Amino acid sequence: MAAFCVAASELLHNMKQISGFYPKASCVIRRIRTTNPRCDSQIQPRAKSTPQQLVGVVGLEIHAQINSSTKLFSGSSVRFSAPPNSLVSFFDASLPGTLPVLNRRCVEAAVMTGLALNCNINRKSLFDRKHYFYADLPAGYQITQQRQPVAVDGTLTYSLLEGKKRSQVIRKNVHIKQIQLEQDSGKSLHDDVHSQTLIDLNRAGVGLMELVMEPDMSCGEEAAAAVRELQLILQALGTCQGNMSEGQLRVDANVSVHRPGEPLGVRTEVKNINSVRYLARAIDYEIQRQIGILQRGGTVQNETRAYDSKSGFMPEPNLPPLIVYEDNASLPAGIDACQAVVVQKIKEGLPELPSIKRDRLVQTYGILPEHSFTLVNEDGLVEYFEAVLMATKKEPRKVIGWVTNELLGHLKQQDLSVSQSPISPPALAELLELQETGHISSSVAKQVFQKMWRSPGKTAAQITQEHDLGLVSDTAQLHSICQKVVDSHPDEVHAIRNGNKKVLNKLMGLVQKETKGRADPVLVRKILQEKTS
Amino acid sequence: MLGLFFLGVSLALREGRISPTELCKKCLNRIKKTQHLNAYITVTEESALKQAQQSEVRLLKGVPKGPLDGIPFAVKDNFCTKNIKTTCASKMLKDYTPPYNATVVQKLLDQGAVLMGKANLDEFAMGAGCTDGAFGPVKNPWSYAAPYREQTGAMLESDWAITGGSSGGSAAAVASLTSYLALGSDTGGSTRNPGALCGVVALKPTYGLLSRHGLIPLVNSMDVPGIMARSVNDAAIVLGILQGLDVRDSTTVPAPSPLTELPQDFDVKNICVGIPKEYHAPGLSEETLAQWSRVADLFERAGAQVKQVSLPHTQYSIVCYHVLCHAEVASNMARFDGLEYGHRSQIDSSTEVMYASTRHEGFNDVVRGRILSGNYFLLKQNYQHYFVKAQKVRRLIADDFRNVFGSGVDVLLTPTTLSDAACYQDFTQEDNRTRSAQEDVFTQPANMAGLPAVSVPTALSRRGLPIGLQLIGPALHDKKLLSVAQWIEQRVGFPSISDWDYSRESRNDTAVTKREQTSAV
Repeated sequence: MAAFCVAASELLHNMKQISGFYPKASCVIRRIRTTNPRCDSQIQPRAKSTPQQLVGVVGLEIHAQINSSTKLFSGSSVRFSAPPNSLVSFFDASLPGTLPVLNRRCVEAAVMTGLALNCNINRKSLFDRKHYFYADLPAGYQITQQRQPVAVDGTLTYSLLEGKKRSQVIRKNVHIKQIQLEQDSGKSLHDDVHSQTLIDLNRAGVGLMELVMEPDMSCGEEAAAAVRELQLILQALGTCQGNMSEGQLRVDANVSVHRPGEPLGVRTEVKNINSVRYLARAIDYEIQRQIGILQRGGTVQNETRAYDSKSGFMPEPNLPPLIVYEDNASLPAGIDACQAVVVQKIKEGLPELPSIKRDRLVQTYGILPEHSFTLVNEDGLVEYFEAVLMATKKEPRKVIGWVTNELLGHLKQQDLSVSQSPISPPALAELLELQETGHISSSVAKQVFQKMWRSPGKTAAQITQEHDLGLVSDTAQLHSICQKVVDSHPDEVHAIRNGNKKVLNKLMGLVQKETKGRADPVLVRKILQEKTS
Repeated sequence: MLGLFFLGVSLALREGRISPTELCKKCLNRIKKTQHLNAYITVTEESALKQAQQSEVRLLKGVPKGPLDGIPFAVKDNFCTKNIKTTCASKMLKDYTPPYNATVVQKLLDQGAVLMGKANLDEFAMGAGCTDGAFGPVKNPWSYAAPYREQTGAMLESDWAITGGSSGGSAAAVASLTSYLALGSDTGGSTRNPGALCGVVALKPTYGLLSRHGLIPLVNSMDVPGIMARSVNDAAIVLGILQGLDVRDSTTVPAPSPLTELPQDFDVKNICVGIPKEYHAPGLSEETLAQWSRVADLFERAGAQVKQVSLPHTQYSIVCYHVLCHAEVASNMARFDGLEYGHRSQIDSSTEVMYASTRHEGFNDVVRGRILSGNYFLLKQNYQHYFVKAQKVRRLIADDFRNVFGSGVDVLLTPTTLSDAACYQDFTQEDNRTRSAQEDVFTQPANMAGLPAVSVPTALSRRGLPIGLQLIGPALHDKKLLSVAQWIEQRVGFPSISDWDYSRESRNDTAVTKREQTSAV
């Protein structure tokens, strides 16, 4: 059932070898870059392009595990990597006579997600059974929302960073057809040696939100950017932890190609992808494959599971319609406001969404849009950045580089999260203050940063003092060093005197080398200018 | 003592005229003597005696849990009972022991009632004769009592009558005096039908009033736990205990009122009794029709308004019932795949082969047939044509009832079954499907509409077998329905089986029963 479709499986198989079956949680891809740096799935170079160019069309079906302490219809706990079959209630195992009891928290999560994605929230939604035989689906059917889902007709706005330095922000929209609540299945583990299948029902019955995104995307990078934005939104809402490698966010893509203006082509599915980066690659691979087939005069085959098309749906008779209320005033008498799902209350509790946060960062601090993406993409980095700003007078635009380059670079290198940073925001602020007030040069500041990284707890001032890294401002001492440099580089001095003022920088560099970067650059420049005039 | 209503026994228990242990032993004894009826699949002798002892301690201390404390009861074997086998009369669950109690079972146990055993049924409650279970058919106690034997000249062991179904074991348990009350389940008439054929009061409450948690489903949207008792008042007291919201069943509703005993002097002057003309159906026996008229006349003479009404969509009900029933059966039975519990076939060359052989071996032809047709109705290309259409008609049937009750009718009076119980030999001449269509014809509309309905025994037929009439009321008017039922009960003078020697080896015991009853009433 979970078989991969068409040739994407080939690619995915290779990917698995690269990534291992379950890559570590820390391997979540944080920046989206595809093999095609530009969203350009056309196989022909642009010069030859005509209106007959084949382009990719991508729709997504996303299963987001609801971040809830208990399952959708039972009281069992939800936990990743618990011992097999340790989180299974009688209902989860489909013992005869057990009935589903809807978890309000899951409904609220779906409503909140719907609101964040500009959906219409259906005041009344229904549950259905979808039947199929599979060992890890103990009831023989999945309870889902086929006819009337909880939220419909929304939009996700995501951005692509384009241009040489990825500084050009292009906003795009994808239409969200619906969000439906449904049960997760268990897991089957196949033991080929003993030809056995082992079933783990810990995941069976965990709440999922299935989000259906219309085929509004045209390539892997767009799909990946949309998924990444969704991931950030879900994480900001707290409705899904969004970790793809743990299966909290699972993406299936429908891929087809066509010539713009013509009907869509035959679609194939790219399934079971556990990172955003591989999603982009797999989609682009599939688009190229389909274009290749069509250009060779072939036809694309759809290998949808045969029983899927026939599988029976039926209303779930054990659950009454799910009713959500607009506000407390619309609650009928006798219904406890604490027990009901009230849209207004959820709306009021919506946190700042990533796109709003990025706009705010750009406007408030005057940083570049691409920096706002970097900040928001990394869990806790915005808070870190703002905490540094609180403790320094340095301009935000000068602080941002420290956070997005020095700090983030070091974190990535060691696979750490922001909260694990050995340098706290006040410590970094102190370092930046030393530089800002002229106590150390910028190059020394970077040295101090590295020493702080390696010996957490030591302040920038302590390190500067211990290693004698303070700015050398003693005029006599600097005069003597400058004199030595001038004396040993007559050619350069000659060039400067002949009007090539740029060569002065080389002499300045030599002086800094002599002082290990500690010389006050303003003073040095003045002295060197005097000596070469 | 065994022939009493449980309220009478309850009084005897409190007054110390009999102890719960003695009572329990008497019933266990009776179960052994009536083993040929095949009413029980499992007799829980050991735990019953233990519960009776605990009840005895409470009664001696003068702190009984309620009117049911120490009262023996039986449970249809499709309600889950913790640590007690629950088979659904199927090979599939032959050795299945649930880890929990159904809510209705738990509520009775919480009241101190003593569980005697698990009652026989048609496999997964699919049937109307109690002739299609993996553990054999159930025999109607009345077909061993003197009137039947004398009237029909039945001599042979094979001349026995069926109990009706699917809760035939529960009905036989109450009728044969081995339990004072029993739980049945009622999806299309499975409680009322055997109730009528075995001469016991059989209540199908309003859908949602009783929890289905722990009832192994037949059709979730129609299943209701049913109550079988020796008197309407007994049934009312049990309903009062079982009714109400259950967090484990989202389809339950709060009880409209606490229900204890019924008023003994209910006045029918101000009620309007509807006689639906569509229930005067082909195949209705002359004797049943006579009972129907007799009771209608009783009402009229007592000053009630009796009028003919029409439920025009009744004729389509049984067909739609079967479409919806089979579709839900196909869905509900999907879980029996041999993986988590139940029978698992030895043939396991692949998962699919294992599923197929497990289900082939585990289910009887009736169950497999319903699964097959149900899956056909649920196919994408058929869904609109069968399932959706049947649902629409179901709505029309519910509307019929709503219109009638909206026009001032308080209660509908109908036959429960076409005739008295058939002889097993005759009944099995037709297949399960045909029999279900015939037998459920008067009972399943109430399930389609979710309405309360009760069958009250009114008389013995010329063959010496019980005939019952059905009352159907508006949703959540169960108490009023029972009050009317009791009014009938008080007037028809239906005999107690203990008036005759019904059990081949219990002549002495019956005599005792008769005497005790006389002294206690």
